[in-house]
Parts: sequence; structure tokens; C-alpha cells
Amino acid sequence: MSQSRKKPKKSSATREETEAGILGAILTKYVGTAGAVIPILQESQEALGCLRPQTIETLALGIGVPASQIYGVVTFYSQFRLTPIGKHLCKVCHGTACHVSGATEVGEAILDQLHVDEGGTTADGRFTVQSVACLGCCSLAPVMMIDEETHGRLTPDRARKVLREV
Amino acid sequence: MTNTSRREGLLVQTGLKPARTQVVVGLGSCGIAAGGQKVRSALSEAIERKALPIQLRETGCVGMCYREVLVDVFDPQGKRFTYGNVTPERVERLVTDHFESGRPVRDWLVRSPEEPLADDSFFAKQKRIVLRNCGIINPESLAEYRARDGYQALEKVLRQMKPEEVIQAVRDSGLRGRGGAGFPTGLKWQFARGAKGEKKYLICNGDEGDPGAFMDRSVLEGDPHTVIEGMLIAAYGIGADEGYLYVRAEYPLAVRRLRKAIADATMAGFLGEHILGSMLTACGSKFSFQLHVKEGAGAFVCGEETALMASIEGQRGMPRLRPPFPATSGLWGKPTNINNVETYANVPWILLHGPQAFADLGTQKSKGSKVFALAGKIARGGLVEVPMGITIGEVIFEIGGGIKDGRAFKAVQMGGPSGGCIPASLADTMIDYESVTQTGAIMGSGGMVVLDETACMVEIARFFLDFTQKESCGKCTFCRIGTKRMLEILTRITQGQGQEGDIELLYDLADKIKTSSLCGLGQTAPNPVLTTLRYFREEYEAHIREKRCPAHYCRKLLVYRIDSDLCTGCTACTHACPTQAISGVVKQPHLIDQTRCIQCGSCVAKCRFDAVKTQ
Repeated sequence: MSQSRKKPKKSSATREETEAGILGAILTKYVGTAGAVIPILQESQEALGCLRPQTIETLALGIGVPASQIYGVVTFYSQFRLTPIGKHLCKVCHGTACHVSGATEVGEAILDQLHVDEGGTTADGRFTVQSVACLGCCSLAPVMMIDEETHGRLTPDRARKVLREV
Repeated sequence: MTNTSRREGLLVQTGLKPARTQVVVGLGSCGIAAGGQKVRSALSEAIERKALPIQLRETGCVGMCYREVLVDVFDPQGKRFTYGNVTPERVERLVTDHFESGRPVRDWLVRSPEEPLADDSFFAKQKRIVLRNCGIINPESLAEYRARDGYQALEKVLRQMKPEEVIQAVRDSGLRGRGGAGFPTGLKWQFARGAKGEKKYLICNGDEGDPGAFMDRSVLEGDPHTVIEGMLIAAYGIGADEGYLYVRAEYPLAVRRLRKAIADATMAGFLGEHILGSMLTACGSKFSFQLHVKEGAGAFVCGEETALMASIEGQRGMPRLRPPFPATSGLWGKPTNINNVETYANVPWILLHGPQAFADLGTQKSKGSKVFALAGKIARGGLVEVPMGITIGEVIFEIGGGIKDGRAFKAVQMGGPSGGCIPASLADTMIDYESVTQTGAIMGSGGMVVLDETACMVEIARFFLDFTQKESCGKCTFCRIGTKRMLEILTRITQGQGQEGDIELLYDLADKIKTSSLCGLGQTAPNPVLTTLRYFREEYEAHIREKRCPAHYCRKLLVYRIDSDLCTGCTACTHACPTQAISGVVKQPHLIDQTRCIQCGSCVAKCRFDAVKTQ
């Protein structure tokens, strides 16, 4: 999913108001559409960066189902996040082709360079590093995706260089 | 206007038959990842700056991913020159030499109408039905699709054929499900047609989740209208008026192009209410079809049909017991037909060229062609479409150009996490559903990951189990916990803590997981372990008994030494070593203290002189 999103406002009161507005607009769009839970969650996350407990409560009320059901959907699919991510999302591919082409070493180099654990966000909030199963660019293996841009034919050194240049 | 002259007109208009020089940049996901947009900008800038009479176009993936970025140059006579590995830096010379002076840059050509080139063999044995337009047309142009007989099959079907005749034609063609299981498509359609109910749904499964597979992505990105046309024909056949295209969230470009294709097709009257205007179809009524795109949210199990439908309904994507099969009770309890992207993409061709033309290809039980994604340690990684019945060896060596870096072919992993590893000794195996199944692997959706001698088969099995264990939805106990236990055993073995009895335990767990799981994920999850045990048992035994990894892959089983002839004493490794196991004087060869070494491999990664060796 695209990582371009609106920055949450600093004052919490304003943030809640803005959030209610955003969610309201999304919910209105899907009134009467069957099975719209997933697209609603996708658009809400796109707009807000992640799905906080309060967001889930609001959406559950709007859709008219228990919050537990929404929470069940959110935690089932790997796309959904309960906590915010860094400014840039770095997805390191660990698909079969990447795995046999040295993705493990590339992944380690990235975590080492950014001083972060798998799935974590750097202290300065710039990067979140995620392992993913397959980005579908197998012939350029090993690959990683930073935000919307794919970088292929990586080596540990090339990966470090790409990160330095972001 | 006659049909031929209309077609000619369209060809010229869309640039598929150029009146002047055409330059076409491949902008599939892989082309973009390799820098296709930058090449396109550089070309556009140069063409504009020099005011050259050249039309710049774009297309999807032609399959030669190993040569990305690809640029085709069509001269006014329609001759096609293909350049590979194009970079923005190379654009200037292409422009001056080829575009301005008419002298193709021979060194950079990968295909030429004027001379045979090595890359020709990549195409020699291919038979392109599904990929017939990929890498040729602009996927975002309906006009270009129509110029290549697009929507002709739909028109023919609606005007001349009754739904039963459509189903019969697909049955006669012998088309089988390309998602992996190989169920006869025509029969599936017949079940859905015969099911009771007014409202019926049609679904296209584009939740391509197998790591190492990118066939559906390339088709959706390179020729979205073919899939839509195939779905329309199927919808007419079974009597559905609404459908869903379920696409993986990780394929944003495919989603964008599909949405555009749907909008364009609706505008042109191929989709929506009363398709092809007020025309009465051969069965005497009007035909309408609504098509929606649904983006997945990242769950491998949603490739399973009942899980996919749950996901469309907005629930957790967990499979349910079958029967009832989707044909009788599917989406929202209505009769539903669900096929894979590649299956639908075959349909327009079959209806246009006749079922016999399709059935003439392939083997007795597997007809037509199959798309494969070649990846891993293969010289020419990319997308290929071959007639069924070709051997695995032909695909890897004649089309794929053999193994990278001159290494030895060890095995090919087919069918992703549900499939298995076929050893080099079985390279003569024919590619058809039954022959591949006999090896213990499955045809699967078409991922072929080639492994060379440096691949450890225990580690490959562990890799796939790690994947299925994470992706198990957790509904069935043996799939949820059994895969976890298998993964633990495999991890132990690769770390040198394997025990006698581990292999037997793996067999026992594999059997129980296969027999007590509801869906395909669990039923096939042990396959990578079972096939590697069947063909490479000695590697498991070497790990367990001798604490040795024959492929020199498993770090914990390696002994690291510094080659004193190569070491320059730069001290980079001493700083990298987390346990201070490396010592030595600056500019003198260093030494590793084996009692302190934890086999982390940091020194290998750090050394710029290739001086750290493993045994």
C-alpha cells in the first residue's frame, strides 16, 4: 500500500476531530456496499497511518458490527497496523528467489545499518523495516522496496548505500 | 469498412503497425524496478530536444526480465529491434546512432531482424497464448488491445453461441485450472451453470501468493483486457451478472491498470448494462455484467477459494469445509465460479481460434500452454510460456540458458510452498499435471525457482515451512501446531542440533498434517519437506549425524578460517566480530580462534579480499 499519508495533527483534540471527519467520509462512501470492511480499513489506514483502538471503535460503530469483529479482521491480515510506522517503510523481500540469492545477508546488513530489529522503527522515526514474503520482482533478486520504489540486484553493500541515499 | 481494413487502420492508429519509427519501453513492475521510468524520461527528453519524428510508447513485460530495461525500436517498415540492459546513460548513443543515423547499436541488441542473436533461443520453444499481447501492446490502451483481436471472441460468443455451446467449447479444448490443482475448467463452469439460483457470481483469483511466482502479476499488468474478456465469456457461459477480481495488495500497478481497463471497457460497452448495446445475444436476451476489483490485504491463505470468498465478504480469510463447493454455494451463499487469472486469459484465444487449436497443443491429459516464472539461480530469469509436454530440462537449459555463473544444476522448486523440489536427475520429466505430481511436487501456479549446488535442501525445506507456518490461518490444529513443530525440527537440524529419529518424526507429522487439514495450504504444506527427504535424504543425514552441511550453506555447521595468502591485515574483520574471536597485527594475516567463533558470518560479509573461507 502507498505510504504517502497525511501527518497526524499535533494537538490531540484537533486530531480526533480530523480523524472523525476522515472516517465519516470513508464510511459514507461505502454505505450499502456489502463486504466493505476491508476496503474501509484499507482507506482508513491509508489516511491515518495506522489503526488505533479508537479508530477501530469508531469504524465498528459506523459499520454496525462489534469492535471485536473489526479487530479480528485487522489482526488477520498482515497489511493492517495497530501502531504507527516510520517516515519510510523498507520492505525486505524474503521470497524464494531472494532467499537463494542472499536475502538473509542483505536483511542483516539493513538491520545492522539502521540499528533496528526486524519489524521495528528506528529511534529517529525515519525507517520501519519489515520482512515480506514476495514482492514479485524475482528476476531482480534480492530486492527491497522503500516506500513505492523497488531496488533490485542488492548486495549488503548496495543495500547500505541505498539506505544512506534515502 | 471491411474487417481487415478496420484492423489495419487500428494497427496504424495505435502504432502497432508503425507509420514512423516507434520506441517502446517495457514498464512492467520489473522494468520499473530496473529503472524503466528513468530510461523513458531520458528517451523522451532526447526525442523532444532533437525534435525527432518518433513516437514513444510503453508496454508491459515481454518476459526477458534478465535483460531489463528493455527498449523496442520499430522502424517504419515494422522491423523490430530490441535493446536490453538499457540505462539512461546509453540513451544518447541509441538516439544518435540508431534513431538519427539508422545504424542499430549491435552490441546492445538482444533481438534483431537482421541477424540471429543468442537471446533468440529464449523465445524459440515458447508458445504464447496467455502472453500473446504482453510486451507488445500498451496495457492501458483499449484501442491497442482491440487491434490485436481484442473483444472479438466476446462478440463472436454473444452473437453466435449459446451458453451451453461456450461451455462445451471450453470442455473440448481440455483447458484445466491454471491455479495449480488442474480441475477441468469447462466442467467447473457446467457445475456453476447447472446450480440452482437466479443470482450467480464469477470470481477471478489474482491472489498470487507463492513466493517466487509472478505470472499473474505480469498478465494483469501487461494485458488486463484479456482477463476481463475471459471473465465476460465465462459469465455468459454460467449465467453470472456480477464478478470480482481479487488482486494481491502487493500489486499496486496491476490494480491501477485493471481499474483503468474496467473503466475503458465499460465506456466502450463491453462491460456493464446491456453489453454491446441493445444487442440480443444468441440465447435471445440481453447480457449485463458488473465487475469489481477487490484488493487483498496480505494473507497467503486467501488464495484458497473459500478463504478468498470470506475475504471478499469482509471477514477473516479462513477456509471452510467443502462441500458445499462454490459452484453450489459460494459468495454470499450464491453459486459462484472461481478461476485463476491465467485460466481466464486463455479463454478468449480458445473461443477465437477454436477448441481444437488449443487441444492440439500439449499432452493427452494436459492441453495448451503454461506460463512459468523462472527465478533463482538461472541465467535468464523471467516469464515464459511453453506448450505442455515440454521437459523441465528444456525449459531450464534451452529457454532459461542454464545455471548462472556456470554452476551445477541441483534441483528446481515447483509449485511454491505447496510444491516440492525436483532433482536434476529428473530433468527429463514432462511438464503436465500428472507427470509433475508423480515427482511429489505439483504443477502449481507456475513458479520455478532453480537451485544450484550451493543450495542446502534442508534449509530450503525449512524456508518453506517457515512460510507456511506463518501463513497458516490457525483453524486446523495440525496445520497450526504441526507446521510449527516441523519448523522447529528443521531449524534444529540446520543449526547442528539434529537428533536420531528426527526424520521419522518429520514423516509422522507430515502425514498427520496432510490428512487432517481442511484446505490446500495444510494438505500440501509438508510437500517441500517430503520431496527433499525423498531425493536428498543424505543431506538430512549429514546434518544430523555428521553435523555437516554438504552445500556449505548452514552457518552453524561451518568452520571459518582466514586464508593467510589473501588476508592483507586490514583489521576490518576484527571490528566486525562480535565475540572478539579474530586477532592479528595490522598488515599481517589474521587468525580466528575457533573456541570463541559463533559462526555468525560477519567476517565473511566484511572482508573485501575474499580471505575468509568456510569448510
